Amino acid sequence: MSGYRPFIGLEIHVELATKSKMFCGCCADHFHKEPNTQTCPVCLGLPGALPVPNKKAIDWTVFLGLVLGCRINKHSYFERKQYFYPDLPKGFQISQYERPFCFKGWFDEVNITRVHLEEDTGKLIHRKIEGEKVTLIDFNRCGVPLVEIVTEPEIKSAEHAKEWLKKLQRVIRSLSISDCDMEKGSMRLEANVSVSKNGKLPSYKVELKNINSFRFVEKAIEFEIQRQTELFEKGQKIEQETRGFESDKGVTYLQRSKEEAFEYRYFPEPDIPPIVFTDGELDKIRKQIPELPEEKRQRFVKEYSLNEQEADYFVSNPSAAQYFEVLYLEKNFNLDFRETARLIINKKIDWENISPADFKAEVAVLQEGGLSDQVELAKAAKIVVDGNPKAVADYRKGKTNTVGFLVGQMMKKTKVDPNLARQELLKILE
Amino acid sequence: MDIVDNSIRETVDLFKKRKISCQEIVRACFERIEKYNLSINAYLTLNKEQALKKAQDVDNNRVKGRELPPLAGIPVALKDIYSTKNLRTTAASKIIDNYLPAYSATVVQKLESVGAIIMGKVNCDAFAHGATGENSDFGSVKNPWDLEYVAGGSSGGSAAAVAFGGCLMAMGTDTGGSIRNPASYCNLVGLKPTYGRVSRSGVISMGSSLDSMGHLTRTVEDCALVLSVTAGYDPLDATSSRKPVDFYLQDLSHPAIKGLKIGLPQEYFGRELNPEIKTLILKAAQQFTDLGAEVDEVSLPNTAYTIPVYYLIMSSEVSANLARFDGIRFGHAREMFGEEAKRRIMLGTFALSAGYYDAYYLRASKVRTLLRQDFEKAFAKFDALLAPVVPIKPRKIGEKEQEKLKLYLEDYVTGPVNLAGLPALALPCGFWHNIPMGMQLIGPQFSEKKLFEVGQAYQDVTDWHLKRPPLVEEMG
Ligand SMILES: [Zn+2]
Repeated sequence: MSGYRPFIGLEIHVELATKSKMFCGCCADHFHKEPNTQTCPVCLGLPGALPVPNKKAIDWTVFLGLVLGCRINKHSYFERKQYFYPDLPKGFQISQYERPFCFKGWFDEVNITRVHLEEDTGKLIHRKIEGEKVTLIDFNRCGVPLVEIVTEPEIKSAEHAKEWLKKLQRVIRSLSISDCDMEKGSMRLEANVSVSKNGKLPSYKVELKNINSFRFVEKAIEFEIQRQTELFEKGQKIEQETRGFESDKGVTYLQRSKEEAFEYRYFPEPDIPPIVFTDGELDKIRKQIPELPEEKRQRFVKEYSLNEQEADYFVSNPSAAQYFEVLYLEKNFNLDFRETARLIINKKIDWENISPADFKAEVAVLQEGGLSDQVELAKAAKIVVDGNPKAVADYRKGKTNTVGFLVGQMMKKTKVDPNLARQELLKILE
Repeated sequence: MDIVDNSIRETVDLFKKRKISCQEIVRACFERIEKYNLSINAYLTLNKEQALKKAQDVDNNRVKGRELPPLAGIPVALKDIYSTKNLRTTAASKIIDNYLPAYSATVVQKLESVGAIIMGKVNCDAFAHGATGENSDFGSVKNPWDLEYVAGGSSGGSAAAVAFGGCLMAMGTDTGGSIRNPASYCNLVGLKPTYGRVSRSGVISMGSSLDSMGHLTRTVEDCALVLSVTAGYDPLDATSSRKPVDFYLQDLSHPAIKGLKIGLPQEYFGRELNPEIKTLILKAAQQFTDLGAEVDEVSLPNTAYTIPVYYLIMSSEVSANLARFDGIRFGHAREMFGEEAKRRIMLGTFALSAGYYDAYYLRASKVRTLLRQDFEKAFAKFDALLAPVVPIKPRKIGEKEQEKLKLYLEDYVTGPVNLAGLPALALPCGFWHNIPMGMQLIGPQFSEKKLFEVGQAYQDVTDWHLKRPPLVEEMG
């Protein structure tokens, strides 16, 4: 079965963590809320109710687009994507088509086609009530801002898809615009898979939907590549279709064939005026772009001499990273970077519950209890040497008894053995 | 003639002088409704109990000497596509004949907040689709001036209710002429405000980029008074304008139209225009000249494209706006849509379909820009345009049946105003035999104040607007 090359494109939906929904004032946090308690005429699609766009959601989408290296449509608009489904109360979803907010980006060696903003749908709940099969609708999720990120079909393998998506998730989380929680459904994955023998992008693609974990995205793509390759081997043609993933069996199954594909009849949403960004507004958003995870990892390795694992910890724990850096804002904190990192990572000091000032005090207490190892001893000696230039100069001029004064200084800070302290100091002075 | 046949202004004066009470006028309106509604078919749902209770509150407050808001105690009818909380709202369509809205339209809330008394909901062409008031699933609206004639549409019930004294003013909506047309048929003043001047929130959408929330009154002054209540930015409508609202009543006592330049769009006066109606409009033009205005011809060269552009854009928007009526959460299944709604849904669905979008919807949007530019050029030279409202001889009930498409073509004098988002004021200017006839004054965006002045100057020297239907006059 060699010689077949897969083409994989990804579509990622991310719910934004704005306070209110996309087009109304209802609370957007819908997880585990009593059904239909966070609704209003707008998100219920009642006759006459009009959508008013959430500025913050738009800014965040542009913000994400900029982070993903996208170009921004300074003149953009929403469109109506029309189809009937019970979870879509207006009979259309407000989305973007011709002019997404962001397009032509690049992230971690994969080209991004577009990043656009739309509204989430309601949730259908299938139940049996009094012996009767019924479908209930919860509209709490309806109208929650949803960003769609679409990549070019440049993902090389199922594993690549998984790794790339993990990185994307980390980036979005670091921007604090979504928790990207797959279990809560605030991050949802779709993959477009096709295979080709001649290395050219095939004219069809199979859309894999309803995938709710990185592991499953990998499995679904793997299965799909296998399935399509086998069909080709048998000389069969593969149709454009939409397939679901059955995680128990690890297989994909047909959901909708090409013939059943929706015809969405997009047209510009007349209830919302076009959205125009000035250069000034874009600059303002651009300035808010924080350090990206990869940049941060590299900086922590370089600047603080941490190893990869230590740096990774700080990348995935932004609050710990911030705490760490605050400690060094004041010049008088001289503990070795790696020692501090270890105290934080191993939670030797309960840093999450104390202020940076108290952290420093605790460090001092620990040090009174004896320095833990040679490295720390050396560090302490260096601090004393650096802090007493006159005594050091005197020593170097021949006044060797000044070493006693320096040992005394070291003893003031730590209960170190005076002989060890003397040895350590002499290492530096000699 | 009776207390319910006065203008709002006159009624407010009578209230102030304690000549009449609010309860008296509300009861008098309900008496009229009892007497005529069965034959005219204007009201679909009455709000009698609430209205009488509110009237009592207003009277109590007046007795206590409290300062009362501008429309306190004024009976108002609402076209049945304005959502009213807990008051049935049907859009005159059987598909939602049992729908009770959970909220009220912004305009309704504004009217209530200034003391207006909501008398009930009035008939119209279902979902505002039509220009005769005959497309209602609850039967045609009849013209109080002659029951054999239509009351105009789509806001036919609004016009008829005011005309027979079932209220002193009514809210309508105008997507392609739906306020101006029935105003003309029923001898009323009808305003189609600038798009974005009055909130659309809570009014069942027809063509979202065209819909304007306006009203019908007996005088220009009343019309200005009502707009000063309904106009303004609404955070619930992203297309509403933040432009401050003018003081519409300020200069009405001394309207200045000397030297005002009024244009007559020659395309509106072509051979399609009924010659008798043409004579009426040109007579009004002469009166404006006599008042010191400069009247001259102007060209709106793209007028010929109005109908295809209007019907493509409107029906495209209609097809999407009516998608929410799926019978799942409220109302009935989609086969309950009337014939006209189905026709427009199909037309719009077709215009937006892949392969046709560029040729229809997109092309129409581009031509719409050209139509807009026609007006911009005209307003570079003119302060206002004068035009007919109803270009053909008034219709009798049932007359339209064989000629649906011909009916569409009549919108060519009203539709362009909606496509360009302009304000237009329709006001009585004479009679076609026994049926009233109106004219419209069209202005640049947000020029309502100027239009009111021009209209007031006309009503200061004419008395068409003071005439009441024979059935009312006969009441003696
Ligand atoms: Zn809501």
